[in-house]
Amino acid sequence: MSVSTPYAPTSPPADAVVRRAAWMRVLALAEPDALDEAVQALGALPPHRALRNPERGMAMVRARSGGTGAQFNLGEMSITRCAVTLDDGVMGVAYVQGRERRHAEQAAVLDALLQRADWHDRIQSMVIAPLAQAHSARAQHQARVAAQTQVEFFTMVRGED
Amino acid sequence: MLTNPTSVSNAPPAPGFADAVMQSQQTFRAALQAVAQPGSIHETELECGVPPGLSAGMTATLLTLADVDTPVWLPPEVDEAVRQYLRFHCGCPLVSEPEHARFVVVPAGHAAPALEHCDAGDPAYPDSSSTMLLEVDALDNEPSTASVMLSGPGIADRQCLSVTGLPADFWQQWRANHQLFPLGVDAFLIQGNRLCGLPRTVVVED
Amino acid sequence: MYVAVKGGERAILNSYRMLDAYRRGDPEVPELSLAQIRQQMPLAISRVMAEGALYDPQLAALAIKQAAGDVLEAVFLLRAYRTTLPRFGYTQPVDTARMRLSRRISSTFKDVPGGQILGPTYDYTQRLLDFSLEAESDATREAPLPAADQPVAATMPRVTDLLQHDDLIDQEPIPPGDPAPFDLTRQPLSFPAGRDARLQNLARADEGFLLSMGYSTQRGYGNTHPFAAEIRYGSLEVEMFVEELGFAVTVGEIELTECQMVSQFGGNAQEAPKFTRGYGLTFGYGERKAMSMALVDRALKADELGEAATAPANDHEFVLYHSDNVEASGFVQHLKLPHYVDFQANLELLRHMRDEQATAPVAAVSDVLADEAVAS
Repeated sequence: MSVSTPYAPTSPPADAVVRRAAWMRVLALAEPDALDEAVQALGALPPHRALRNPERGMAMVRARSGGTGAQFNLGEMSITRCAVTLDDGVMGVAYVQGRERRHAEQAAVLDALLQRADWHDRIQSMVIAPLAQAHSARAQHQARVAAQTQVEFFTMVRGED
Repeated sequence: MLTNPTSVSNAPPAPGFADAVMQSQQTFRAALQAVAQPGSIHETELECGVPPGLSAGMTATLLTLADVDTPVWLPPEVDEAVRQYLRFHCGCPLVSEPEHARFVVVPAGHAAPALEHCDAGDPAYPDSSSTMLLEVDALDNEPSTASVMLSGPGIADRQCLSVTGLPADFWQQWRANHQLFPLGVDAFLIQGNRLCGLPRTVVVED
Repeated sequence: MYVAVKGGERAILNSYRMLDAYRRGDPEVPELSLAQIRQQMPLAISRVMAEGALYDPQLAALAIKQAAGDVLEAVFLLRAYRTTLPRFGYTQPVDTARMRLSRRISSTFKDVPGGQILGPTYDYTQRLLDFSLEAESDATREAPLPAADQPVAATMPRVTDLLQHDDLIDQEPIPPGDPAPFDLTRQPLSFPAGRDARLQNLARADEGFLLSMGYSTQRGYGNTHPFAAEIRYGSLEVEMFVEELGFAVTVGEIELTECQMVSQFGGNAQEAPKFTRGYGLTFGYGERKAMSMALVDRALKADELGEAATAPANDHEFVLYHSDNVEASGFVQHLKLPHYVDFQANLELLRHMRDEQATAPVAAVSDVLADEAVAS
């Protein structure tokens, strides 16, 4: 029996949360090799220590009956998580689909650095923006290829409303 | 200026086990032995961070036993750092009522809920009961003014147990708890890095 | 009488080696790579993930390779591996309305907002064996489909939502409090089983079993006449609430296949006639599974809708207790374990009964048999 009680913290500014969730999303969705290349290109990074070494586990995927109704447990997905701290105490966290330890660790380190004013802009432009662009391009391409299989009906009268 | 949007404190939680696999197995083994030989005392000599307000033994036990499936109850006045630590390392839900918890955690200096306010389990699944983790001031097997004699499964004849720092009527509550078998609450008494197990089958002599 | 057995260990260790050679086949033939399995057997991967109840294409590929192509054995491997992984938490409920679609069809309305998108399907192929695939070369293949000028619509409303306008269809609203669902991985199934338990059970159920059960409902073993209101296949981002952050983050993207079946409900004293629904959802690309799941989901509702519920697919215990192929395989295959003592007892009994039958008068035999049966 699980109790889903999302903990509501004493709040950080809402837009800071939105910005952080956005870069964490890009890091999680990145192809592991593309992320690694981008990290290597950054050169030397400030030292960090592990708060939680990359750990493989799972999350239970929940869905809704009928797509809209009561929740049900669909099945589990593999997740790797990691947490690091920089010397100044900033904590970086990553939860990434799959079992790639390096992916989770790099995502956690970048999450920490992105919270620092002296690294933020550089990582946004050299890592986040290109990875986001790559993901979006892949999705767009897929959507355009699928569109080739869309049926063109020559209907005289359009249906309902 | 980007603020660090972590929750309550900007300081990260204290670290967990240095070697999670080996240390959680060692702690689990100590806890298992403690319950198998009720009243005997076992040590957990382990490296882990300890949040302010918990003992090393309590921390190690929670790192080993608590997870996303085991709701934990803590006294309301406990340091927020303890909650943060458990959320981070154990991912356990934190509940406000002892009867909703699998582990009722009572650090030193806090009042323990009565055993009857904890979950005694379900007739079909008696093991789904609460386990109380209670920090005490002193724990040993030498006879003293604070000692009791234990008997029951896992004890060859009788076991002497001296504890200080229990609620005044603890042994009385314990006898009532014992009557509920197969239901009932189990307990671990923890002092520093030392553990003693009290499964519900233990009989405390008058 | 007990016969001591020796030499079992050696035989077993050697059977591992023989199995490994069987799995590997002729070493002159290049070994299968996991990348090849992932890329070129995605439907097997989808099935193994769905029934293994673990979304991880790499692990599914490994399981298929290790199981020498036996899907149920691969499912068993994933289920076993899953028990070694800690659970970090739960995802936010996925919103299939936001799927990035590769395929989307409806059999109930021709013109649906967003259109009919065929996607990568075997449906229109003639099922003629394609001998060009004997060549291991991409040279003879057609060039990959180029991108069109426009993508498919970014969002497409659900067909079932269109029907809700006139209150013609069963609503499926979020219940008050949006409670956390039952979890079959933590609590045993008990009856009556709630819809959440049923859907979780069906989602990891054996595809063949569900297919047969679904088929039976169409052949009259059940009262539904279903229509496929919508089938979707595509990918969806998944989010998880992270305690140490205090907010939800996207952790990745998974492929899903969803099927909404609608069928007629004649109404009763309390309710007007309307369309009722069955829901199927599966990991990966598994249309047949999603459709079968939806048919069976609807059949299991017969009782609560006050319909005649006498067919096997209406029987909750029959369906839900026999749907898991790991459980089923375990009990069926356990017959291979030594039953020497049981069998010896049966042999003795049989011999005794035959002796009795040969010597006793005919009328008395049935009494003797009855006594023996009670005594054994």
